[in-house]
Amino acid sequence: MQVPAPFEYARATSVADALELLERHGPEARVLAGGHSLLPMMKLRLARPDWLIDLGDLAELRHLIRDGDWLRVGALTTHADLLASAQVGRLLPIVHDAERVIADPVVRNRGTIGGSLGQADPAEDLSTVCDVLRARVVITGRAGERVIGMEEFHRGPYETACEQHELITEVRFPVRPRSGSAYEKVERRVGDWAVAAAGAALVLADDGTIADASIGLTALGLSGLATDAAAVLLGTHPSEEVFAEAGRLAAAASSPVEDQRGPVDYKRHLAEELTRRVLRSAAERAGAGALTAVQGG
Amino acid sequence: MTAVEHRPANPAATSADRPIGFGRIQRKEDPRFVRGKGRYVDDIVLPGMLHGAILRSPVAHARLVSVDTTEALAHPKVHAVITGRDLEGLNLAWAPTLSADVQAVLATDKVRFQGQEVAFVVAEDRYAARDALELIDVEYEELPPVIDARRALDPGAPVIRDDLAGRTDNHVFDWEAGDAAETDAVFAAAEVVVAQEVVYPRVHPAPMETCGALADYDPVDGTLTLYETTQAPHAHRTLFAMVAGIPEHKIRVISPDIGGGFGNKVGIYPGYILAVVGSIVTGRPVKWMEDRSENLMSTSFARDYIMRGEIAATREGRILAVRTHVLADHGAFNATAQPTKYPAGFFSIFTGSYDLQAAHCAVTGVYTNKAPGGVAYACSFRVTEAVYLVERMVDVLAAELGMDPAELRLRNFIRPEQFPYRNKTGWEYDSGDYEPAMRKALEMAGYDELRREQAEKRARGELMGIGVSFFTETVGAGPRKHMDILGLGMNDGAEVRVHPTGKAVVRLSVQTQGQGHETTFAQILAEELGIPPEDIDVVHGDTDRTPFGLGTYGSRSTPVSGGAVALAARKVRDKARAIAAAMLETRPEDLEWEKGRWYVQGDPSAGRTIAEIALGAHGTVALPEGVDGNLDAEVTYDPPNLTFPFGAYVCVVDVDRGTGKVRVRRFVAVDDCGTRINPMIIEGQVHGGLADGVGMALMEFIGFDEQGNCLGGSFMDYLIPTAMEVPDWETGHTVTPSPHHPIGAKGIGESATVGSPPAVVNAVVDALAPLGVRHMDMPCTPARVWAAMQGRATPPI
Repeated sequence: MQVPAPFEYARATSVADALELLERHGPEARVLAGGHSLLPMMKLRLARPDWLIDLGDLAELRHLIRDGDWLRVGALTTHADLLASAQVGRLLPIVHDAERVIADPVVRNRGTIGGSLGQADPAEDLSTVCDVLRARVVITGRAGERVIGMEEFHRGPYETACEQHELITEVRFPVRPRSGSAYEKVERRVGDWAVAAAGAALVLADDGTIADASIGLTALGLSGLATDAAAVLLGTHPSEEVFAEAGRLAAAASSPVEDQRGPVDYKRHLAEELTRRVLRSAAERAGAGALTAVQGG
Repeated sequence: MTAVEHRPANPAATSADRPIGFGRIQRKEDPRFVRGKGRYVDDIVLPGMLHGAILRSPVAHARLVSVDTTEALAHPKVHAVITGRDLEGLNLAWAPTLSADVQAVLATDKVRFQGQEVAFVVAEDRYAARDALELIDVEYEELPPVIDARRALDPGAPVIRDDLAGRTDNHVFDWEAGDAAETDAVFAAAEVVVAQEVVYPRVHPAPMETCGALADYDPVDGTLTLYETTQAPHAHRTLFAMVAGIPEHKIRVISPDIGGGFGNKVGIYPGYILAVVGSIVTGRPVKWMEDRSENLMSTSFARDYIMRGEIAATREGRILAVRTHVLADHGAFNATAQPTKYPAGFFSIFTGSYDLQAAHCAVTGVYTNKAPGGVAYACSFRVTEAVYLVERMVDVLAAELGMDPAELRLRNFIRPEQFPYRNKTGWEYDSGDYEPAMRKALEMAGYDELRREQAEKRARGELMGIGVSFFTETVGAGPRKHMDILGLGMNDGAEVRVHPTGKAVVRLSVQTQGQGHETTFAQILAEELGIPPEDIDVVHGDTDRTPFGLGTYGSRSTPVSGGAVALAARKVRDKARAIAAAMLETRPEDLEWEKGRWYVQGDPSAGRTIAEIALGAHGTVALPEGVDGNLDAEVTYDPPNLTFPFGAYVCVVDVDRGTGKVRVRRFVAVDDCGTRINPMIIEGQVHGGLADGVGMALMEFIGFDEQGNCLGGSFMDYLIPTAMEVPDWETGHTVTPSPHHPIGAKGIGESATVGSPPAVVNAVVDALAPLGVRHMDMPCTPARVWAAMQGRATPPI
């Protein structure tokens, strides 16, 4: 049995209490918001927090609310909650695409969206999803809330704008008409981290051209969105040709590293292949007609 | 419970038509498992028990400069810290392996693989034990490691085993079988010869329960009670007596419920010995349970065979001969479990199911700086590697000849009239009827229709593959004149007692790890004596309560202990006849047997049931001369030959052309294990083995980097398949009983693990054939398949 190093444990009773505990216990305190990354690392003694602040009782952070043009998701909303929500599936299909391939039901029952974003693993699927959807993250400190975009939230692998004494409390997704989104991942086995994955969202103008596009990559060494790839789509009608071009640009923007999941050339190939696939799905979901047929993967 | 009620009635669940003997009945042991009431080693808690933890080497090859335990000993909850130097004083620093090599219990001179045992802490609880490991200060002087088996014999390669006197290289053994000259002659004259390097990479058994032990040494009377995760409790007891110097009659080994073995729990690991030493040193019971990473990194791996195969044939597709040279990576210590005369196990069964003119194999074993082992993973002593090689080679030949791989196999099978068949490496195949099994599998799969579908898909650029394999195993070791492990003949015992009320107990030397022994062996006794299986208690896993024998691995339980139980039951039946005759006041030869009862010829109403006879035996019946007052018997069974189960498998895969991802769409398995005792248990064994096979073919792999760091040390990196990676299994069977086995049974435990990897890989290669691919090695991960599609298939090691 793998056993962690000694640590102390506190169970927060409210957001304010959690912030107070974080401040009191200093830099070696970690919040527990699902724990499916943190606890395995503790058992392997790769993580050794002095204190665990358990957020499990904070029901106030577990919600899914449609609020005008926004869908507000509480930070402690679990993967399973997101997957069970028909509203999420309808408005933000990319979330369901991703959630279906995140780990397994046991993990999805406990793991949370706030925990995933806070962990900021470069192979984390929901980070890409939030990038692609241009989500905004609510960060709460003792002085109050701030709401920031994903580009500001991300600081690099395992690093975010959420400071040690702060909490991620909510993630806000814009809900946009005539939009479609999709996510696809290649994994060696169900539940494995991504070999590579791609996500895309498209918004169509009334004339059927692409009014907005965003493309994100997972585990491919790209921080933030593949902006060049998305740029070539703007103002065009969805087509295999333009998606292929976007795929090539996304691959060019990626900088994967070789590991047990695959070599660089394969991962770069996946960046291209998966980008094309998710653009096709996103266009279809946005209500684009049949694409011009070009032989593809 | 409501969910269950909606399911169709399971015939096995109803007692009315439950067979008394062979047939489909639910497993007797399952109620405790499905209710969470199994009792595993880690469930056992003894008063005053302490916990052990092992400090392991972080590097693959280094000289051990110093081990400072001062701080660890100062930990308030630590009772003892044991080092290799301490063990040297007890003459226990090294222990014999199952292959007559030695293995370090705790390192004294060098560490030879990452994860090797360096020190042992005994503490109040497992948290403290683990904490104290961090307080031990070890100084290593790193040495260049030998990681690539292909370079192990290079002149100038670092010598790993400088502990062995006079050792100047990393050579373990050379072994061969078959006639080299005769084979070379056939190859020289053959119209077609194809060669292919085929790698079966290192994989791991990864049982759900990791290995562990709880040792309880009583210093007053000198007895040792050892709870262990072991597949072979009796062999372990004897070896402990030889190693630790504790008299054998003072040792009791108990193997309680075991959560999967797959060969992983055959050997004696340093941790078991350390638990014993810890208990002797502290005077208290000491439990040691390894964690998942320790299991994956340090216990018996499987395979690691680099096989250069060649096959010779006529243009018309008549296979003439096979030959191979194998480079076998045995890790840092040769700890593989094989019968003494077979350092490469039964690899020489690589002639497969085909009638050949010649065959020759040579195997070279080498040491590397990797974990020792090689016993394991349902390999039936290297039959897995052998079958994989020949079944891959036959497909390579089929590609060369432009012939359908199923047709090529059908043309070359050993014919039924040739059995018993002596192959070119010396095995005598007991029985077989291959063509019906093959035809059945092809029919179940709808083979011709699949080929039509494949042609249509290929025309559209889609990648679909159909893989066929046909295997013959050699299992049930074995005849004592040929087979022993460390001098212990590979026989097994059974004791049968029929109690006065007609209930019975059968005691076995083999040990279940999930195979369903408590049911299967009750059914054998039920079939022979007519006592209902639920009235029979099966006792195993405790050396104080069972007869001697070598245990469960290599699919040997039914072939060996199954024979012992059947023969012991027949002794009981003969004895019952004599007693029944006395009770009926007639002669034994005037009695006829029907299941469960002796009756007078011509007068079926005059008879005595086994229960009545048992009461008579223990009662006041005047016993015939030479018959004592019980219905008990015991047998130690020495099988006259091995058994040769076989089967035909068909696998259908779809490969995503854009990502290289393989999906196993269908899998058809037709098995012939001779007489079928419990079809439901057989199907369960087959299902598990097929999942194993899909896992090895697609994802399982213990890799190492150039420094010898194990890259498969957790389930995040060592992937085993889930329900999502496997299809609904389609199983079928034929029945060709073994002519020499008392009930005609051959063993089924490893058939599917042996037969399925080549079917899956053949299917993947078949899918990629339009891209010019003729071979790729396991594991067929998306990245590796994609590389093969680009014409860049590489071996995994």
